[in-house]
Formats: sequence, structure tokens, C-alpha cells
Amino acid sequence: MSQPILAIRDVVVERAGRAILEIETLEILSGEVLAIVGPNGAGKSTLLLVLALLECPARGDVLFGGEPARRGDLKLRRRLAMVFQEPLLLDATVEANVRSGLALRGVHRAEQKRRAALWLERFAISHLAGRSARTLSGGEAQRTSLSRALVLEPDVLLLDEPFAALDQPTRATLIDDLDAILGQTGAATVLVTHDREEALRLGDRLGVLMGGRLRQIGDPSEIFAAPVDEDVAAFVGVETILSGRIRSQEGGLAAVSVGEHTVEAASDEPVGADVLVCLRPEDIVLAPRDEDDRPTSARNRLPGVVRRVLPSGPHARVELDAGFTVIALVTKQSLEELSLAPGSAVVASFKATAVHLIPHRRAAT
Amino acid sequence: MELIWEGVTEALHLIFSGDAYVYEVTLTSLTVSGSATAIALVIGLGIASLLAFRPPPGRTLALSAFNAGMALPPVAVGLIVAVLLWRTGPLGQLHLLYTPAAIVVAQAVIATPVVTALSTAALQSLPSRLRLQIMALGASRLQATWLLFREARLSLLAAAMAGFGAAISEVGATIMVGGNIKGSTRTLTSAIVLEGQQGDFETAMAFSIILLALIFVVILTFTIVQQRRPQS
Repeated sequence: MSQPILAIRDVVVERAGRAILEIETLEILSGEVLAIVGPNGAGKSTLLLVLALLECPARGDVLFGGEPARRGDLKLRRRLAMVFQEPLLLDATVEANVRSGLALRGVHRAEQKRRAALWLERFAISHLAGRSARTLSGGEAQRTSLSRALVLEPDVLLLDEPFAALDQPTRATLIDDLDAILGQTGAATVLVTHDREEALRLGDRLGVLMGGRLRQIGDPSEIFAAPVDEDVAAFVGVETILSGRIRSQEGGLAAVSVGEHTVEAASDEPVGADVLVCLRPEDIVLAPRDEDDRPTSARNRLPGVVRRVLPSGPHARVELDAGFTVIALVTKQSLEELSLAPGSAVVASFKATAVHLIPHRRAAT
Repeated sequence: MELIWEGVTEALHLIFSGDAYVYEVTLTSLTVSGSATAIALVIGLGIASLLAFRPPPGRTLALSAFNAGMALPPVAVGLIVAVLLWRTGPLGQLHLLYTPAAIVVAQAVIATPVVTALSTAALQSLPSRLRLQIMALGASRLQATWLLFREARLSLLAAAMAGFGAAISEVGATIMVGGNIKGSTRTLTSAIVLEGQQGDFETAMAFSIILLALIFVVILTFTIVQQRRPQS
């Protein structure tokens, strides 16, 4: 990683007098893939349009290579490329679409064709070169759109949920291919998506955008392990979020009162602090209550009763009533072997290191 | 039926005998209506781009005005243009009244709302983010506009055909501002009126058939261009 190639400072975008995007600072480093995740309406697409110099913020600056960039600056715009959720192809052949950005730059036709052929091959769509873009499937169209952007060899590639409209197998294959291609090109990339899996798969760094504000940015594992607030925690997959207060603190192990229970967490939060206790469903282990007598390293054991079992792809989400709601993720095999069903008495155990505490002052922001 | 048949025969005779009067009237019609359509396209596409891509306040009101303009009564347009171009009128110093240029102005006034309204609808029907995508590919504003026109070409050429049709088939305003002067401002439509009034129905029918054939040839040319698939 190196210097920021693109950055924004104190940017505010308004619609009808209301701020829909407010970002103090965001830097995109050369060669990195920055994934911005957030729910629908968070301002992700607006952020990309600002970065692409296609949206003029009410306040603030976009810096390209450290220098302020004017909105619409054609020279700078031609160092960027953007792919939208819809492929938005022109009514022409696939090859002509891939060449279109080069043609706009006045690149010689023979060179256009040479570079287009290269990228058609990289995205495995050479056989479609002469086809009308209007006859392509969703996956083929998005491959064409990505080729059209990458053939420009941009300094920064901006991707606005490019896989959102694709079916799961097509999406998985395209993500694999794009991941490999981005590794080869070394173009700084900003990917916005509402899909955590996509963000984790492609992103070197992760940013969480909610309500038009960048709530957290950093290493993906850090954000998933230690979300800064309740909204981020919920968005990154923490399904059990409980209010509690630190009752005791000893050598980095905090005892937290949660309702009538005590949860132990690896944390330095001081005694008396109000916190949110965050638990990821995959960190919770379930065992039938009558078989839960073996010693383990899990510091927390909560007795509960299964309230609901919800299918979740190849797994199942088990909702427990332990005096408060706890969600656990188990495989279907475990579900059958443990005979888990509504009414089953179980013990939910989890390690102190699996508990993430968010101080309540931040949770309230 | 006999009158129509005699008209067809007379039309073929006039066309293939090289009748100078017929060729002159046909050429005048083609020239003035072609010019009026070109002016309507320049103005109409410019306004349509503005209304579709950079909507000013009051866009709905403006669009309503252009939509209503598609039903402009040609005689009323002719009267207003004639008053403006009259020797003592505000544009009298241009000395355009009873010249082909006056007919061009009147027909352009009639064709412009047609082209504007249909072109705006055509451009608005493009995917809403296509313009952003084209700009994001590195297009200048002019390049983006050209590409968007090309994407909407089917509907835009239909708008051009409608504009040309409105111009060349117009007669009321043409006579009012042109005066139907032989060798100068006589067009196919005004010639049809004149010959009909003089009782020469065969010649009137012949001019009608020539007019219909001319319209068909021009529209056919537009349609061939419209249906051609772009390769790049």
C-alpha cells in the first residue's frame, strides 16, 4: 500500500436542502481494494458519484493525487472508470462496447481493437465479441461492462454493486474472476455493496457507510470482530446484541451483568461502564442441557430453551430464550444429531474472547 | 375512381415529360420543408436535451406547452408569422414576407413543437443512469449527448419524420406567408389548392400523388437510417 490516489475531505452532499452524505475524510490508497458496505439508501452510490467527479458536493473537496479536483474535469475523469449495478451497455456489439471508452479518448482504432480483444479474453467473452449487447445474459452483460471499464486502465476503478442483479452461481464465478483480475491490474478500486460476503471476498480494507456517514473503516477482520456501534454490529452480522453493565474487572476479563445472567468478556472496559454485548451466531455452541457436563475453555454457559429454528442456506439459525434472545448458527447435521426443535432445553456456550463489548456512549451515537 | 386514375396518369406524364413547372414546385417544397425540418431538429433536440438531462424549474409546464404545440393550428401560425413579417411589423425590415424564407419560418414554427415533444419523450425513456455511465467512460458533454442521441435514434428519427411530415403537408400558413407566387413560393400543397380552385382536378390530383410519393421517399430514407444497426 502507498499514498492516497484519491481522497475526499469534509464532503457534504445535499438533496432538497437535506444532507444525504457527510464524510470528514476518506482515502483510497494506490493498489488497494476498498469495499464500502452499507444498507440500501446509505449513500453508497452518491459517494461513488462524488469520487467519479460526477456529483458536485455542496461542501468539501475531492483530492486526486493530493490536488483538489474540479467536478467534471475531463482530464481527471478519464483516469477513472465506473461500473454500475446495471450494465448500461450501448446498443452496439460487445466489442464496440468494450472499445467505446477508448474511442471517446481518440485512441487509434487498431489499438482499440487490440486492447478490447485482450480484455474480452480476460473476462472469457471473446466468443461474444460480434454479438449485439442487447442479446446478452445478465452475467455476460456485466462482464462486458467490467471489460469496458478495465480496458481503460484506470488509476481508480469504481464499482457500484456490480453483482447485485446477478444470480448466485453467476455472481460467484464473476467475483472469482474479478478478484484475480484486480490482483493483476493493481488498480485502486472502490467497491460499494450491501453484501458483506462480497466485501470480505474482494476488499483489502472495509468501510461501513450508514445514514450517509462513514461509521467505521479499517481492516475487515477488525470491523467484523470489533464493530464500533450497534448499527455497524448488526450490519456486519452480529445478531445478538444485549445491554449490560461491567460488574467486575480482573486482568482483562470483565464480568458483565446482562439481565439475570453474567457474561464474561475479554475486555478492559472499566467497572460500572454501560456496554453492549455483541455475539456472532457462529461463535455460539449449543449442547443439550443434560449432556452439558464436560469441562471446556468456554467461559460462558447460558441455559435456554429453543424458541424457533430457521433454515439459512446449508445451515440453520436457532433462536434461544435464555432470559434474552440469543441466536446461534448450526449446521443441519448438528440440528438433526442434537434433535434441536422448539422447546428443546439447551446450553449455549461461548468463549470470553468471542464477546465484543461496545461502550454505551458509542452505541448511542 | 376515374379522377384518381387520370390523376395518376397525369402525374406520371408530368414527372417523365420533364415538366419544368412540376420540378420547380417539387424542389421548392423539398427545399423549404427540408430547411424547416432541419431548423426544428436543431432547436427541438437542443431543448429536448435540456428538458431531459438538465431539467430546469417548470419542466412540466414547458413540456405541456410543447405537447400542446403539436396541435398548433397552421392558419393561426401563418397569421402570426405574417403579422410579424409584415412591412410595418416588428420583423418587417427583414423583407421576408412572400419569400421562401417566410415559409421556412412558418413551417419551422409548426414542426419545432412536434420534434421537441417527441424527442424529449425519447430521451427521457433512456435508462436514467445511462448518461452518468457514458460520462464515467470519459465522454465530454458533447460526446455524451451524441451517444445518447444515438441510443435514442429510433425514437428521434420518428420525431424527425413527424416534424418533416408536419412541415411538408402544411398549406394554410404556407399560402399566408408565401403568397403562392409561381416561380418563388409555390409549393406542392399550395399548387394543389390553386389547381383545385381553378377546376383543374387532374393536375391537382397529379400534384397530390407527387406529394405523397415525395413524402414516401423521404420517410423511407429516414426509416432505412433508423432501422440500420450500429456496428461501433
